[in-house]
Amino acid sequence: MSNTGIGKRVKRKEDRRFLTGKGRYTDDINLPRQAFAHFVRSPHACAKINGIDASEALSQDGVLGVYTGADWVADQLGGLPCGWLVKSKNGADQVEPPHLPLAPEVARHVGDPVAVVIARTKELAKEAASMVEVDYDDMPASGTLAKAITPDAPQVWPDASGNVSFDWEVGDEAAQQAAFAEADRIVEIEVTNNRVIPNAMEPRAAVASYDPNADSYTLYTTSQNPHLIRLLLSAFVMQIPEHKLQVIAPDVGGGFGSKIYPYSEEVVCTWTSKKVGVPVKWTADRSEAFMSDAHGRGHITKAQMAVKNDGTMLAFRVETYADLGAYLSTFATATPTYLYAPLLCGIYKMKAVYANVKGIFTHTVPVDAYRGAGRPEATYLVERMVDKVAGELGIDRIELRRKNMIQKDEFPYQTPLIFQFDTGDFEACLDTALEAIDFAGFEARRAEAASRGMLRGIGVSTYVEACGLAPSAAAGALGARAGLYESAIIRVHPTGSVTVFTGTHSHGQGHETAFAQIVAEKLGMEVDNITVEHGDTEKISFGMGSYGSRSLAVGGSAISKATDKVIEKGRKIAAHLLEASADDIDFEGGEYKVKGTDKVLPFGAVAFTAYVPHNYPHEELEPGLEESAFYDPANFTFPGGCHITEVEIDPETGVVKVVDVAAADDIGTVINPMIVDGQVHGGLVQGIGQALYEEAVYDDDGQLKSGTYMNYTMPRAADFPMFKVGFHVTACTHNPLGSKGVGEVGSIGVPPSVINAVLDALKPTGVTDISMPATAQKVWRAIQEAKAAQAAE
Amino acid sequence: MSRVSLEVNGASVDVEVQPNTLLVQLLREKLDLTGTHVGCDTSQCGACVVHVNGQSVKSCSVLAVELEGAKVTTIEGLAQGGELHPMQQAFHEEHGLQCGYCTPGVVMSTVDLLKRNESPTEGEVREWLEGNICRCTGYHNIVKAVLSCADKMKAGDASAAE
Ligand code: FES
Ligand code: FES
Repeated sequence: MSNTGIGKRVKRKEDRRFLTGKGRYTDDINLPRQAFAHFVRSPHACAKINGIDASEALSQDGVLGVYTGADWVADQLGGLPCGWLVKSKNGADQVEPPHLPLAPEVARHVGDPVAVVIARTKELAKEAASMVEVDYDDMPASGTLAKAITPDAPQVWPDASGNVSFDWEVGDEAAQQAAFAEADRIVEIEVTNNRVIPNAMEPRAAVASYDPNADSYTLYTTSQNPHLIRLLLSAFVMQIPEHKLQVIAPDVGGGFGSKIYPYSEEVVCTWTSKKVGVPVKWTADRSEAFMSDAHGRGHITKAQMAVKNDGTMLAFRVETYADLGAYLSTFATATPTYLYAPLLCGIYKMKAVYANVKGIFTHTVPVDAYRGAGRPEATYLVERMVDKVAGELGIDRIELRRKNMIQKDEFPYQTPLIFQFDTGDFEACLDTALEAIDFAGFEARRAEAASRGMLRGIGVSTYVEACGLAPSAAAGALGARAGLYESAIIRVHPTGSVTVFTGTHSHGQGHETAFAQIVAEKLGMEVDNITVEHGDTEKISFGMGSYGSRSLAVGGSAISKATDKVIEKGRKIAAHLLEASADDIDFEGGEYKVKGTDKVLPFGAVAFTAYVPHNYPHEELEPGLEESAFYDPANFTFPGGCHITEVEIDPETGVVKVVDVAAADDIGTVINPMIVDGQVHGGLVQGIGQALYEEAVYDDDGQLKSGTYMNYTMPRAADFPMFKVGFHVTACTHNPLGSKGVGEVGSIGVPPSVINAVLDALKPTGVTDISMPATAQKVWRAIQEAKAAQAAE
Repeated sequence: MSRVSLEVNGASVDVEVQPNTLLVQLLREKLDLTGTHVGCDTSQCGACVVHVNGQSVKSCSVLAVELEGAKVTTIEGLAQGGELHPMQQAFHEEHGLQCGYCTPGVVMSTVDLLKRNESPTEGEVREWLEGNICRCTGYHNIVKAVLSCADKMKAGDASAAE
């Protein structure tokens, strides 16, 4: 029996180094003789580069080099690739323009790097960068999605007419139209999903070095997936073969998607480290991060839902424009298509759903997956729509949801859009959340608030998401250009302690603890005997990293499989030692036991024998006890649940205060409830942040107006109450742990509940629509406009 | 260049700094105390909080030359004799950290809070954290950790007084 196995609130093994200042993040790493990179970035959203004069910078003592896009082109190197091929409905491939790490001819967004200065000190690199003279021809830009889709908008790429990269569809349009013909009513909605900036607290950084003797490179970088970085750098960008490129992602201070992708800066550090002959280091300033990290979301959508008067939802039709930014980042085209549209059924039984998504280039930094990636956009649309349907039909919003949701006895459930949900119990989650927040008592709270002159509202949202990315063959059929399995190695040492090597990466999720719990449970030991290693391509054979809530469902499953192999090999060793047949040996609580006898052998003794094989079945087994596994999932996983938010609005100021939040999630088997609660809390704050505070604002000309923490509102502690987090677990049926994933549930489920609550609160004022983020100013203005409209009537 | 002598985590330090060297640069780049982090360039994130003469300050907003004779404590100097400070222990127990990047600043900041207010309310803890951004934890467990630390420290004082 393990006291620190699956389901236990084990305190994190990684905490101590972080709490004592001994974490080792990329910027903490300094290599002997290192130089520093500073990037020269375009101040224009669109500008032709006529020439770059670096002579003054180069003449400074201590400047080791200045390099431009022309140098990159001269070296005949590749561009940063897009990892997913999406095809338009006419069969054409997505328009996929080149993305060189330094823009050679045209800069296409504010912050686009056009040159780099390498110098002995950080200060000197920065100063010399200001001396680099770039001769730009400033050209008109499409700085926002809304502008980029207008008829005469400036073109980001000559090949992408109308700025369209792809015009993609999914679903049976004829079935959707037939269902619309049967409808009593068609309900329409228009929503935007605000563009946001991930803002991991650790800014991106890289330190690269080149070893001329071995002709090999080492790159320390802030990455969620060091192997993916190595793969892309090796295969596409720099053609350095894998065995000559070590990528290390040490402690990483949060990612939320933004640290999945290979970025210009780490590539340029690697490239120039050979040129200047010393290691090259770069660390982003926060303002640099704002204009160079991939952003998230950014949709404009029109949708119609066909319903019966009794509330039956028949079909859904969705048309979305998705902002891609100026270049296609790694998952940029998958996020607004396959990670978005197939979830447009929500948890509801609809006959047909049809979606058309146009991916649009804008003169802005690339947009890619951010915590939730596509699924928050789908959930937001569906759940806003459901409240609108309830309002138009005069049906209670909870009853409408109950009536249409997939019931627990209807799984596996084939949706009309690609996915087959394996398990779930949406109604139980709904009931759990309703009870946690005391939904029944809400009207009394509303009345009490009204007596204080405050507007109180409550909003509900349900959701289902597709996680555990991903079954490789299925993903490949949808356009993925990589496999999405995960790897693990379990190395049992001679004295019985264990090192686990995982291809996923932990940047806050607590893998060093949770993954050890899986092994501890299976081997009947404690987590103190187990170390989890991740983040270094030399230590770990391969891996696809952490995103899409995949680490546990896919990476944990690989660990589980490899541990099973260890147990099986141990069984044979034990059988030999106990002079029994392997079929007669049970393994339980850390002991091999001959069935029906009291003959037992502890796991440690078996491990020792594997390494000191004096009495050993040599003809049948090799010595040693180390097993590896690659796990390719059979299906996606489908976490789901219900989030409810209660707000209070001061009609005099428009300030929205979140007063209560209840989340009830079905994430499958829970390995560590403490870590899981924390994942939900973090996601809720990011989701509420999107709903109420955060927005990446560009003006029409492509200038970033929210480029620092002065004008990009980050959620703070005082913005929130304590959260009520609950679970209703149904185990995933197709992976060995039964886990579904938890990393993204908060940011997916909560935003529509916040806006639904805001609109519920504003009902007495006559306000019927508001967009995210529902800032005080926006809410106040909406109230004033509604008042004016009422007065005019 | 000017010379400045100060005490950092109990050890005296005598270094040459530029007039514009920030305390955080001195700590990270000269003294290799990389537990103090930089999360912004506008003095808003609080990842860089340390104690100067016992009070929490953002080390990205203090010039090193101003610190002649000062006593600076960083996250590396908080645990005594291998034993975690009660606040560090509370963060561990309540899962008040995830990626750990904001953590040193949040811990140093809230240690100062409890010096000023030994039994803050939840609301007071949240208000105090105005100067610290955490992107991972949703603040929930940070607040719990601070409240639990305050309880334990009071209980400890009470039993010590007995
Ligand atoms: S680094 Fe952000 S406040 Fe000091
Ligand atoms: S724990 Fe990651 S930013 Fe706070």
